[in-house]
Amino acid sequence: MARRYDSRTTIFSPEGRLYQIEYAMEAISHAGTVLGILAKDGVVLAAEKRVTGKLLDLSGAKEGGYGGSGEKIFLLNSNVIGGVAGLTADANSLVNYARTAAQRHLFSYNEDIPVEQLAQRLCDMKQGYTQYGGLRPFGVSLLYAGYDVHHQFQLYHSDPSGNYSGWKATCIGANNGTAQSLLKQEYKDEITVAEAVGLAVRVMGKTMDSTTLGSEKLEFAVLTLDANTKQPHAKIYKPAEVDALLSEQGLAKKEEDTEMKTA
Amino acid sequence: MECQFALTGKGYVIIAADTTAARSIVKMKHDEDKIKALGSHLLMSYSGEPGDTVQFAEYIERNIRLHQIRYLHPLRPSSAASWIRRQLADSLRSQSPYAVNLLIGGYDVATSEPHLYWIDYLGTIAHIPFAAQGYGSYFVLSLLDRYHNPEASLEEGLDTLRRCIAEVEKRLIVALGKFKVKIVDKDGVREIEL
Repeated sequence: MARRYDSRTTIFSPEGRLYQIEYAMEAISHAGTVLGILAKDGVVLAAEKRVTGKLLDLSGAKEGGYGGSGEKIFLLNSNVIGGVAGLTADANSLVNYARTAAQRHLFSYNEDIPVEQLAQRLCDMKQGYTQYGGLRPFGVSLLYAGYDVHHQFQLYHSDPSGNYSGWKATCIGANNGTAQSLLKQEYKDEITVAEAVGLAVRVMGKTMDSTTLGSEKLEFAVLTLDANTKQPHAKIYKPAEVDALLSEQGLAKKEEDTEMKTA
Repeated sequence: MECQFALTGKGYVIIAADTTAARSIVKMKHDEDKIKALGSHLLMSYSGEPGDTVQFAEYIERNIRLHQIRYLHPLRPSSAASWIRRQLADSLRSQSPYAVNLLIGGYDVATSEPHLYWIDYLGTIAHIPFAAQGYGSYFVLSLLDRYHNPEASLEEGLDTLRRCIAEVEKRLIVALGKFKVKIVDKDGVREIEL
C-alpha cells in the first residue's frame, strides 16, 4: 500500500508519513555505530569503522584523520568535530557542505561558527531535500561535537528529516538502542572528559560486532579547551593513539595466535 | 560637515554625534538622531551620503535583529563589526556603493569588555580605543591622543567628551548645535544628557 507513495520524497502517504525519510533512517540503522558523550570539560566521539581489510591502503591515515578524510569522524571547523553514520558518499557530501558553511560564517563574521548554527545550516539543507527537488534525502545521521563561547561544549544529533536536537550523550547507527540504554545508565551530569573517554570505549566494546577493539575498527576524537589559549582544541586520534588508549583502558586486542608452521 | 566621535573607558563606550540635518545652506533639522541601537549592547553612529545613511543603517539594524531572533544569542561586537564591514565591502564592488561611514561601539557581555570600531565607506575597519568621523576628527583626535584614558571612569570619560565637543564648537566653521550622546555598558544602551 505504501509502494505508490514512497517513490517520490516530496509527497505524503495517506497516513501522513514521508516514507523516503523513514527508509533513509533504516539505511542508517545498518551503518557503523557512532556515539558522543558531553563532559563538563569537553566532548568525546567514538565510531565503529566498517570498511576494513588487509588490502586497504591506510598509509594516508597513519597521521590520523585530522582535517582530512577519516571514515566516520571528520574535522568540520576548528571548534566542531562531526561523526557520520549512513551512506558514506552522502556523508562526504554533507561534511563538505558543513566545512564550507563554517568558512562562510568565518568570512562574514570573523568568528568560529556557533555549533548549533552549523547544525541548523545542515538541517535546513537536508529539510529542503524532503520538500522540493524530487531528490531522495541524504541517508546520513550526524553527531556534532563542538565548543563556542555562547553555550560552551555541546553535542547535537541531526537526521535525514532535517531535525536536530542537543544531547548529553547519544548514539547513532547499528545497535544504537543498546548503546543508548547503556549510556543512560552510566552517564552522570558532572562527568569529566577522562571519565567520558573510558565510558565511550566501554560502551563501544559492548555494542560493536568485533570481540576485541583495535584501531582498525575504532575511530576516536575528543574536543577540549586548550588551557593556555582558551581556544577549542580538536583531536582526532591517530591509529597508534587509539591503540594506546585502548591499552590504557584495558581493552586492547590480544596477541594474535602464532600460525602453525607448515613443514 | 557632520561630526561623530567615540571613546572607550572602563566597561563602557561613549558615542557622540551631531544632530544637524542640512542641505547646502539650509539647516532642515536640529534634532536628528544619527546613533542607532543595533542590539541590547551595540551602538552604531553613521554619516555620509544622505539617504544612503539611513537606508544602510536600517538594513543593518533589521538584519542584526533577525540574527538575534534566529539564534537566540546576540552578535558580539567583533562579529557584528566584521559582518557590517563585509556588507560595505560587498557594496563597494557593486553598481552603486553605499557612501556611509560608521562608528560601532559595543559591550561584549561574554568577556565584559567594551569595543569600538571605525569603519569607512570602503570597508576599512580599525579596532581602536577612540575614534572620529568627519571634519571634527581634525580637532578631536589630537585632544583624545592627549587626554584619553582607557581605564577612565564614566565621569572622566564624559569630561573628556565635553572637552572634545567644546573644541569642535570653537573651531569648526559650521555651528553644529547640540550633540547626541549615547553610552553602552554592561547595563545596555542609554542616552545621556551632558
